Amino acid sequence: MAISAGSRAWQRLKRNPLAWVSGGFILLLVVIAAIGPSLLQDTTQSQISNDLLSGPSRTTLLGTDELGRSILTQLVYGVRTSLLVGVLAAASATLFGTAIGAIAGFSGGAIDLVLMRIAEVFQVMPTFILGAVIVALAGPGVFRVVVVIALLAWPQTARVMRGEVLRVKSLEFVAAVRCLGMRESAILWSEIVPNAIAPVIALGTLVIGQAILLEAALGFFGLTTPDVASWGLLLNDGQRFIRQAWWISVFPGLAILATVLAFNLFGDCIGAALNPRAKERAA
Amino acid sequence: MVRFAASRLVWAVPIILVVLIASFVLTHVVPGDPITALVGEYPAPPEYVEKVRRSFGLDDSLAMQLWLHLANLLRGDLGFSFANRQPVLALVLDRAGKTLLLMVPALIASSLLGIGLGMLAASRRGGTADAAVSALSLVGYSVPVFWLGQVLIILFAVTVHWLPAQGMLSVRGGGSGLSALPDFFLHWLLPGSATTLFYAAVVARVARASLREALNQDFVITAQAKGLSDREVLWKHVLPNALMPVISVIGYNFGNAITGTIMVEAVFGWPGIGGLFLGSIASRDYPVLQGIFLLTSVIVILANLATDLLYVVIDPRVRHGYIGR
Repeated sequence: MAISAGSRAWQRLKRNPLAWVSGGFILLLVVIAAIGPSLLQDTTQSQISNDLLSGPSRTTLLGTDELGRSILTQLVYGVRTSLLVGVLAAASATLFGTAIGAIAGFSGGAIDLVLMRIAEVFQVMPTFILGAVIVALAGPGVFRVVVVIALLAWPQTARVMRGEVLRVKSLEFVAAVRCLGMRESAILWSEIVPNAIAPVIALGTLVIGQAILLEAALGFFGLTTPDVASWGLLLNDGQRFIRQAWWISVFPGLAILATVLAFNLFGDCIGAALNPRAKERAA
Repeated sequence: MVRFAASRLVWAVPIILVVLIASFVLTHVVPGDPITALVGEYPAPPEYVEKVRRSFGLDDSLAMQLWLHLANLLRGDLGFSFANRQPVLALVLDRAGKTLLLMVPALIASSLLGIGLGMLAASRRGGTADAAVSALSLVGYSVPVFWLGQVLIILFAVTVHWLPAQGMLSVRGGGSGLSALPDFFLHWLLPGSATTLFYAAVVARVARASLREALNQDFVITAQAKGLSDREVLWKHVLPNALMPVISVIGYNFGNAITGTIMVEAVFGWPGIGGLFLGSIASRDYPVLQGIFLLTSVIVILANLATDLLYVVIDPRVRHGYIGR
């Protein structure tokens, strides 16, 4: 049952041109992150030219910053940071949220109540401010930023997973495997969760976009490590030179917008493919 | 109805308590001495450091520390900011007022704009306007709001010099009281537009979906069969039914709205929480950061509570106890 539903969703996804555009763009970003830096002529991102704050031109391409560093080079290195943080944070949040949501939905009763109340508390707090305060107190670092974003993003996944588990656990096949004498934990993890995971995957793609935005915001507020190139950090730089050098702000912002848009669009396409009846609402 | 309202009121108390405990945990995530988190890294007189050490019981057991921490916060003692030479609570409250001056008009504007766009899209289903609104709201979800602010500055303040890019009022006497209003409005336009555009995307997306759903309901056919005009059907029957999810998305997204406003403020040098937040990060003024976290969390909790209670008032199904949401 799961396989045929999955392959039908895959067929629908393949027929959606928006999925091709957004998926193709994401693939392009992955390629840039993997080999982009080695293709660029300057070997280090701190490569300094004598053109300080010079605008886009044939020699400087997207312009340079106040130290003469090429914006294009920094953008290419920034792809790595954004994708790494976005994907790692979203994956951790999805794993954690899936586990919590599955346990809550399957157990019911007091465990469900307590876990979902905890999730609600996390959803109530203003995410970015809490994240920024934690990073400000604990100190910057790519790994810490990933942990903080994951910590703040899991509740939505947990809620969706819980809802799906509640739906699936009342289906007949669950009663059937229980009659076969399967252990309760095995029923949950190898029977129910695989059948409930689809909407979580669609949500996970959207969480990547949110994580990239959050990372950029932390960078913009000067809360990420200055020695790792990132788009948010470039925007922080752009803010200081906004009257002299528009290119420091405009290009990294466009990069963030295009990347997050691609993930959001792709997530919507997955969601629509998995649940064609809800497509109307998601589109 | 009373039970539902009471249960939401009671639920707000433990959440606020958890937020206060979170603030305690935050002071202990600092590598090294928690005193750093309570005083900040701005040079403070040693007598004050000693006083804080005693009032927060930093030499006592962890349980005692938690108790003293909560007691201090509940008394309104959020510490003293040496960078700003002011008690944290007074400082944050003062700035919060200015944040609201930016945020509330933007929230109203974005609600109206979002509902309007949602109506346009739902009434021209599948048309160009529908596609345009969908695309616009998707972009709104994907754009870093502080960058949107930067682009507005580059376009309207740096390139064409039409509007001021920084601050809330002109330095050289924009008047006081009501006479300062035009000056305030000019300063509001750019940061206000950034906040409005960002937030209208959220509202438009939900408004479009819920209007579509409402248009498909049987009561629409009934109303049309009664001989009501399309206009009357839309305003009297569809809109009131479709507004519920829109109101809830506005209310439950209050946290996002505050966050967005804070980011925009930092870009425009608006003298609200955002600028204070940015400055306090730079000067490692941890008590202020904590104070901002506490205040915004409490505001968001109260906004959620208000939304819950609003539901009780406007949704007859909740009011008469058919659904407990």
